[in-house]
Amino acid sequence: MPNTGKSTLFNRLTGHHAHIGNWPGLTVDLLQADLQLSGRSVQLVDLPGIYDLRGHSDDEAVVRRFLEQTPVDLVLVVLNASQLDRQLRLALQVQQLGLPAVLALNMADEAARFGVSIQAESLSAALNQPVLPLSAKYRQGLETLQHTLLAQLEARADHPAAIPEQLEERLAAMDADLDGAMAELVERCVTLPARWRDSRSRRLDAVLLHPLLGLPLFFLAMALMFQGIYAIGVPVQEALGSLLDQFGQAVLKPLIAPLPALLQGFLLEGLYQGLGTVMAFLPVIALFFLAMGLVEDSGYLSRAAYLMDAFMERLGLDGRSFVLSLMGFGCNVPAILGTRVMRDRGLRLLSMLVIPFSLCSARLNVFLFMAAVFFPPRIGGLVIFGLYLMSFVAAMLTALLFRGRFPSNEPLVLELPPYRLPTAGQMLSRAWSEVKHFWLWSRRFIIFGVVAVWLLNNLPVGVEPASSASLAGQLGTLTQPLLAPIGINPKLAVALLFGFIAKEIVLGGLAVIYGQADPVALSRAIASDVSWPQALSFMLFTLLYTPCLSTVAVIRSESKKLSFTLLSVAWSLLLAWLVSFVAFQTITRLS
Amino acid sequence: MRAVSQLADLPTGATATVKALAADAGLRQRLEALGLRPGQSVQVLRRGWWSGPLHVRVGMTELMLRRRDAARVSLAA
Ligand SMILES: Nc1nc2c(ncn2[C@@H]2O[C@H](COP(=O)(O)OP(=O)(O)O)[C@@H](O)[C@H]2O)c(=O)[nH]1
Ligand SMILES: [Mg+2]
Repeated sequence: MPNTGKSTLFNRLTGHHAHIGNWPGLTVDLLQADLQLSGRSVQLVDLPGIYDLRGHSDDEAVVRRFLEQTPVDLVLVVLNASQLDRQLRLALQVQQLGLPAVLALNMADEAARFGVSIQAESLSAALNQPVLPLSAKYRQGLETLQHTLLAQLEARADHPAAIPEQLEERLAAMDADLDGAMAELVERCVTLPARWRDSRSRRLDAVLLHPLLGLPLFFLAMALMFQGIYAIGVPVQEALGSLLDQFGQAVLKPLIAPLPALLQGFLLEGLYQGLGTVMAFLPVIALFFLAMGLVEDSGYLSRAAYLMDAFMERLGLDGRSFVLSLMGFGCNVPAILGTRVMRDRGLRLLSMLVIPFSLCSARLNVFLFMAAVFFPPRIGGLVIFGLYLMSFVAAMLTALLFRGRFPSNEPLVLELPPYRLPTAGQMLSRAWSEVKHFWLWSRRFIIFGVVAVWLLNNLPVGVEPASSASLAGQLGTLTQPLLAPIGINPKLAVALLFGFIAKEIVLGGLAVIYGQADPVALSRAIASDVSWPQALSFMLFTLLYTPCLSTVAVIRSESKKLSFTLLSVAWSLLLAWLVSFVAFQTITRLS
Repeated sequence: MRAVSQLADLPTGATATVKALAADAGLRQRLEALGLRPGQSVQVLRRGWWSGPLHVRVGMTELMLRRRDAARVSLAA
């Protein structure tokens, strides 16, 4: 079942960091890890959560295919203990297939809080398999689970791993009796409370989902969240940046002094500066993911889908598209993967068209730097806020323009989970793994991009670096007929060209192009070469054009259509150019 | 008072029993999996602004569903 804590349990058992989210359908790729059971090592696979083995969704098909193709020793079915009244269905289906199974009743803590009591022994007897109440989040019952898993595996040691025969037929045969069998089982083994007891969720919902207050409160919460991230993150970023720079100047520079000047420049101005700016940015990323994790894990994100659905429906999208766009503010790639929860192709494509306009963290890095160079702190904050606004406007405009081309008619039925208190450990480990991922990911791109920019700047051999005779200069000049009207000079143009690969390259690229490793010196060099309207146009363009090659690749692989991928790239380029043009021309004419 | 015949019309706060689902296979499966099955009693907790989705409770589960989809759930009189 979706959202029952499978990923949490998986992480607890294997020590692996699967992405955990309080949001149905997040496990998109199958994660697999070693599970150590007192010396014996088994492979554990985190399957997507499904409602029904006979269901029509992609996830349900994935699980069916997995069971048909992969012999399994044991199936661990994870259900939400407080919702057994509807979830036992899946356990019955697995039992019907004759697969060896263990039933984990997760969230036993919530079941107790809501007054649901479960007779695990009689359930176990009825299903003829071990049934274990546990709480993955609060680490209760995990040891018993491991012992049970081991015992079950050993008891079946001489049976070969099983593939259910005639899976579809067997499921179809029992379908008619399923509801009756479940009702009977629930009647016998589960005691539901006479009255609903989750007063916390009820009280919170009365305010947070209020017809009039709900939406303003949500945006207020988001605004406060971003404010908090900047208030804490940006000073840390600046301190870390200057620390890294001092290290570069004091330690690295003397170290590489014997090398030829050209190579020195490459190592310090290119590589070190490029990696340094992204590294200094990591605290902001960590805070961002921490905050998003809180919003998601608490259950508020699902409420955002509820609050925004009416509005999104009028754009041809739905509440889930909104939530995915919000996730896109971290990184567009997983957000686009997340559209897999949508079955309607029109809806899915339209969402994929919209998500790349979400101002992701890599772009934020560029904006924070540029805003600090060109504007005093107060105005800089406004500029960043304006860019977020622009990001929303671009997404809305795109949806309105294209909703006719991608019509959809998908019903929207989502579970609203109870509010949950996120635990510090879970949040921190999640933010940590996101940051690690971002760092490993960016590092590759930065090294590649910086090397490429540096080569372009210094070839052909003997050329004055970054002069108009260099390859970079020639390339930049070539773009001028198109980019001069929006205020992008040849140097900025080269940075944008490389930004197509990934936005993480842009700052490192600029450092190489302007030949300045020290962030302060780089700021000065850019500020003396570029006017603030040009900078603003550069930021707008960076915000709106194709986020990165990875996003293009994932759009291609998810839409399975080259024409759609090209449309997405072309439209974002066109919109970026138009917006930058209007902004740049208006400002220069006015002043 | 006239008996309400479908979930979309059930007044906020009221409870009724599901009679049948007049939805295509995909939606019906999803509704049933989330607990909205014939015979179950369902309560409307609130309605979203601007004809937004319904927030309902069925059994131990809370759901949101669009009014259009809620119109496919008929209620016993
Ligand atoms: N109260 C409680 N919450 C849990 C427990 N296990 C997981 N959760 C929360 O349930 C949500 C969904 O968890 P996740 O592992 O992503 O579920 P999945 O969709 O089945 O993989 C997250 O907010 C978890 O923090 C538990 O034992 N008790
Ligand atoms: Mg999961």
